[in-house]
Amino acid sequence: MIREPLIFEISARGKRAFVLPKLDVPEDKDLLKGLPLRDEIRGFPEVSEVEVVRHFTRLSQTNYCVDTTFYPLGSCTMKYSPKVNEKVAAMESFLFSHPYAPEELVQGNLEILKTTEDMLGEITGMDAFTLQPSAGAQGELVGMMIIRAFLEKRGDARQVVLIPDSAHGTNPSSAHICGYRVEEIKSNEKGTIDLASLDRAMTERVAALMITNPNTLGIFESDILKIAEIVHARGGLLYMDGANLNALVGRFRPGDMGVDVIHLNLHKTFSTPHGGGGPGAGPVGVKKELAAHLPIPVIVKSEQGYALNFDLPLSVGRVRSFFGNFLVIVKALAYVLSLGPEGLKEVADVAVLNANYIRKSLENVYHLKYTTSTLHECVFSDKFQKEHGVQNIDIAKRLIDFGVHPPTMSFPLIVPGALMIEPTETESKRDLDTFIEAMKKIAREAAEMPAVVKTAPHTSYVRRLDETTAARNPILRWEGKIKE
Amino acid sequence: MYPTDFFYSKDHEWVKIEGDEAIIGITDFAQKQLGDVVYVELPPVGTELDVHQTIGVVESVKAVSDIYSPVAGRVIAVNENLNDSPEMLNSDPHGKGWIIRLKIKDKADTEKLMTATDYEKFLEGIEP
Amino acid sequence: MSYVSLSEKEKKEMMATLGINSLDDLFCCLPAEVQLKRRLEIPAALTEPELVSSFEKIGRKNAAPGMLSFLGAGAYPHVIPHVVDYLSSRGEFVSPYTPYQPEASQGTLQVIFEYQTLICQLTDMDISNASLYDGASAAAEAMLMAHRVSGKSKVLIARTVHPQYKEVIRTYIKNLGLRAEEVAFTESGRLDPEDLTRKIDTETATVLCQSPNFMGVIEDLDKIGAIVHNSQALFVVAVAEPASLGLLKPPGACGADIVTGEGQSFGIPLSFGGPTLGFMACRKDFLRQFPGRIASQTKDVDGNRGFVLTLSTREQHIRREKATSNICTNQAWCALRATIFLETLGPAGLCELAIQNVHKANYAMVKLSGLKGVRKKFSGPVFNEFVCEFDGGWERVDEHLKSKGILGGLRLAPLYPELKDCALLCVTEVHTREEIDHLVGFVAEVLR
Repeated sequence: MIREPLIFEISARGKRAFVLPKLDVPEDKDLLKGLPLRDEIRGFPEVSEVEVVRHFTRLSQTNYCVDTTFYPLGSCTMKYSPKVNEKVAAMESFLFSHPYAPEELVQGNLEILKTTEDMLGEITGMDAFTLQPSAGAQGELVGMMIIRAFLEKRGDARQVVLIPDSAHGTNPSSAHICGYRVEEIKSNEKGTIDLASLDRAMTERVAALMITNPNTLGIFESDILKIAEIVHARGGLLYMDGANLNALVGRFRPGDMGVDVIHLNLHKTFSTPHGGGGPGAGPVGVKKELAAHLPIPVIVKSEQGYALNFDLPLSVGRVRSFFGNFLVIVKALAYVLSLGPEGLKEVADVAVLNANYIRKSLENVYHLKYTTSTLHECVFSDKFQKEHGVQNIDIAKRLIDFGVHPPTMSFPLIVPGALMIEPTETESKRDLDTFIEAMKKIAREAAEMPAVVKTAPHTSYVRRLDETTAARNPILRWEGKIKE
Repeated sequence: MYPTDFFYSKDHEWVKIEGDEAIIGITDFAQKQLGDVVYVELPPVGTELDVHQTIGVVESVKAVSDIYSPVAGRVIAVNENLNDSPEMLNSDPHGKGWIIRLKIKDKADTEKLMTATDYEKFLEGIEP
Repeated sequence: MSYVSLSEKEKKEMMATLGINSLDDLFCCLPAEVQLKRRLEIPAALTEPELVSSFEKIGRKNAAPGMLSFLGAGAYPHVIPHVVDYLSSRGEFVSPYTPYQPEASQGTLQVIFEYQTLICQLTDMDISNASLYDGASAAAEAMLMAHRVSGKSKVLIARTVHPQYKEVIRTYIKNLGLRAEEVAFTESGRLDPEDLTRKIDTETATVLCQSPNFMGVIEDLDKIGAIVHNSQALFVVAVAEPASLGLLKPPGACGADIVTGEGQSFGIPLSFGGPTLGFMACRKDFLRQFPGRIASQTKDVDGNRGFVLTLSTREQHIRREKATSNICTNQAWCALRATIFLETLGPAGLCELAIQNVHKANYAMVKLSGLKGVRKKFSGPVFNEFVCEFDGGWERVDEHLKSKGILGGLRLAPLYPELKDCALLCVTEVHTREEIDHLVGFVAEVLR
C-alpha cells in the first residue's frame, strides 16, 4: 500500500503551485522597512500543483464517508447530503456576499435567513429562532443563556440545571459554561427520566431541565407532558436538545409538548454535510416569552423589505461574528424546500422504520439493555461478546473490515460497552441487510475466533492505532526539516 | 492480593500509615477499571487536604477519575515519577505507583476505612 | 424530492419483519394528544430544477456580490486557487464526520495534523488545535482559557480589537464572574501603552490585542508583550487578518502566550460571514487547558505512522461539566480548505500576497488622503486596511460610490462614536490599480 507522506516531507525549495499576478502599483522598498517583519516561515511546504492534488486525493481515499459507505454513527444522523444543495450554496450571489454589505444590497440573504427561521418555527412549533450559533454545542450555550437572562429579568436567578444521566456530554458542559451547576437525574429501568427523581430534584433552585427527546437511547420520553408540568409548576424552563429531531419531524413538534427552548443541528436532521467535523449550525428556537433575549441582530421584515435589528436591550448579546454559518443555512433551507411537508414526514417514518428493522434483526445477537421501544436509533451493548473477551471497540474496529463505519461508542454512559446505531432514512434495504449480516458474522467470530475481532481492523489503510502512547507523549505537529 | 497493612476507601484509594505520615494511592481494582493511565494530575506540596477532598485526577485515554483523600493532612511529597511514567499506576499500583505522602492530621480518620479483607468483600459486591 | 432509498415493496417486507401494519404503529408510544394532526405549513416540495431557479431568483436580490467592494473589517477578499475548491469538494472530505474512528479517518486526521503544523509555523507557537468556530468565539475561548490558567478574573481588551470579538467575549464571560475593561488607542491607531500600564494589575488574567488591529494598524507587539509579562498576565494576540502572517513578525516571536484568530483569509470565500474558521495556538505548558479537538501522530500495531484525536479527557464527551470547552463539532472542512490554500501558496506565495496587500493598501491610502477633504486618520503602519476621515462625513461619499457600483468601506461612527466622519477601507491583492484609481476618482467627484 502506498503510504501518503506528510506534505512537509515531499517539499523541496523553490517549488511553486500558485503564482499571483504581478504587482501593478509602484513597488516601494521603504514601505516594508517600517514594518516588524518576520523571518522566513520555518518548515513551510513548497510543492507543485500536481503534488498538492495527489496528496489530498490520496488522503481523501483513506476516509470512510457517507458518499461511499453506510455510516450508522448514533446521534449524529449521518444521512445522505443532497448534492444540489451544494450547488445552490455555491452560487456566487451567496459565496461572494460581504457580511458588512448594506442591508438593501443583500436582501436575498436576509430573505433566506428569515424564511429559514420561519420554517424551523413551523417544523418545531416554536415562536422565534436565531440562526447564529455555529454548532449544536453553541446552540445549547445560547439556549442556556436565554433561560438565564429570562429568569434574571424575572428577578429569579437560579443556580442549577438538571440533566439526565443519558445525556450527551455537551449538555452539562454548556450549562456549566453558562455559570450553572449541573445535577444529574437518574434514568429508570425503562431508560427514561424517573418522574419521582425529577419531582424531588425540581426545586426552586432549578433553572431548567435539559432533555433530549427522543433521548440518546432512541427512547421517547413518553411522560413528556408530565415532565413539562412538573418543571413549569416549580418555575423552571424545559430545554430540549434537538439532536434527535429526525425521529419526529413532520409528526410531532417539541413546541407542542411544553418545550420552552430548543436547539437543532442543521447538519443532522436537515442534511447539511458533516465536513469531517463541521461546519454545522445550531439554531435555537424559543417560545415568545423568551424571544426578547435572542442574540443580536434579529431579522425583521417590513414593507420596505428585510432589515437587521440590533436594538434589543434584553438580548443575551452576540455569540459569534456576523450571521452564523450562512452557507450551511442555505443548504438546510434548500433541503426543506425540496422535501416539502410530505417529504419531511417521510424522513421520520423511514428513519424509525430502518432503525427498528436493524434492532429487530440483531436483538438476539447483541444485548439490549433497555427493551423499551425505540424510534430512530437503538443502543446495543457488548455484554454477550464480553464473555469471549470481545469489547464494543473490537466490534467497531471489525466493522471497518466489512466496509462499514462503526456506530457511536462513547455514550450514553448508562449503557456500558454501548453500540449506538442510527441508520437514518436514506439507507437502502440492501445496505441495511449488509450491515446486519456483518454484525451477525462479527458476533459469530467473537464466539468462535475472538482473536480475529480483537485484532481488527485487518484490511484498512492503517491497523489499530496506539491511542495510549499518543495521549502519554503527544506529537502534535511535524518538527522535521524541509529538504534543500 | 491487597496488602493487609493498608486501609482502603470505597472510592478505591489505599492508605499506608508510616508513623504520623500516610502514603496514598489507587487500588489495583481502580487501575483496571481505568485502563492504561496516561496522565496523573498531582497537587502542589503543602496543600492542606480534608477527608474526601480531591487530591488530583487520573486519566486514561477514554476516562477521567478524581482521586479523593481518604484521610486529612498536609501534602509533604508527591510522586514526581508519575509525570513521566504514568503507566506505573497500572504496573505497580500498590508500590511504585503511590501518589502522595501526607502529614496526617488525625489518625482516627483510618477508623472509617476498610481493611484488606473488608475491601475484597466490598469488591465482590461490585464486580460482576 | 425524496432521498429515501426504499421501494414500497421493501417497506412492506420490513414492516412484516416488525409485525406492524402501518408506520403509525412505530410511533404508538408517543402521547396521541401532542401528535401533529395536520400537514406542516411549508411550501410543497420542489424538484431539482425548480429549487435551483428559486435560489437563483433569491440570489438576484443580492446586488452586493456583483459590486466592486473595498469592505474588509474581519472578512477579507483574497484569491482562492482553483485546487482549493476542486479538492475540498471531494465527497470523502465533505461527507464524513469527526474522526472518532481513526482507522477509518486517516485522511481527515492527517489534514488536521498538517493544519496544526502550519498554524504553529505561521504563529510561531508550540501547539494548535483542530479549529474553533470563528475569530470572535475563538477570542472568547482564549479569555476563558486565560482565566483557567491564571485563576484571575479581569481581562483587558484593546479598544481596537474587532467590535464583534469584544461583543462575543462579553457574552461569554458575563455569567462566569469575569470582567472586561478596554485599553485606549493613541493617535497612531495603536494601543496606548500608558493606559495599559495604568490598568494592568495583579488581578489581570490576560491582555488581548489584535494585530493588524480593527483600524488596519500593525501593533507594536514586542512592546505590549513586555508590559503584559511584567505584571504576570497572559498575553493573547488575535489575528483577524492572517494573511499578514506571511510577512509580519509572528505573535509567538513577540511573547504571545495564546494566539487566536480568524482563518477566513485562507481559501474561504466571504460567504456572508460564515462558515469560516477560528484558529488557536498556544505555548505547550497550557496543553491541558486548551479547548477543542487535537490530533496527534502515533503508530499502528504494525509500526506504521498514523494519526488519532488525542487528550480527549479535556473534552465534553468525557469530562462533561468540567471540560475545557463545550465545543464538539468545529469547522473541520474550513480547516481543510485553509490547509490546501496554505500548502498551495507555500512560503513564497504567502509572502508575495502579503507584500502586495501592503503595497496596494498604501497606494490607495496615499491617493485618497491626497484628495482635498480626505485625511489619513492614524499615523501607524498599516497592512491592508486603513481609516480615512472625510469632510462632510462618509455617508455622502458612500452614497455616491454605491450609485457607481462600488462598496467603498465601512462607516465607523456606529462602532466608534469618536471616529465620526471616518470609514475603514480594505485593499488586497484582488484589487487592480485601475479599480483603486476608480475608487479614488469617484471619491474626488464628491469632494470636489
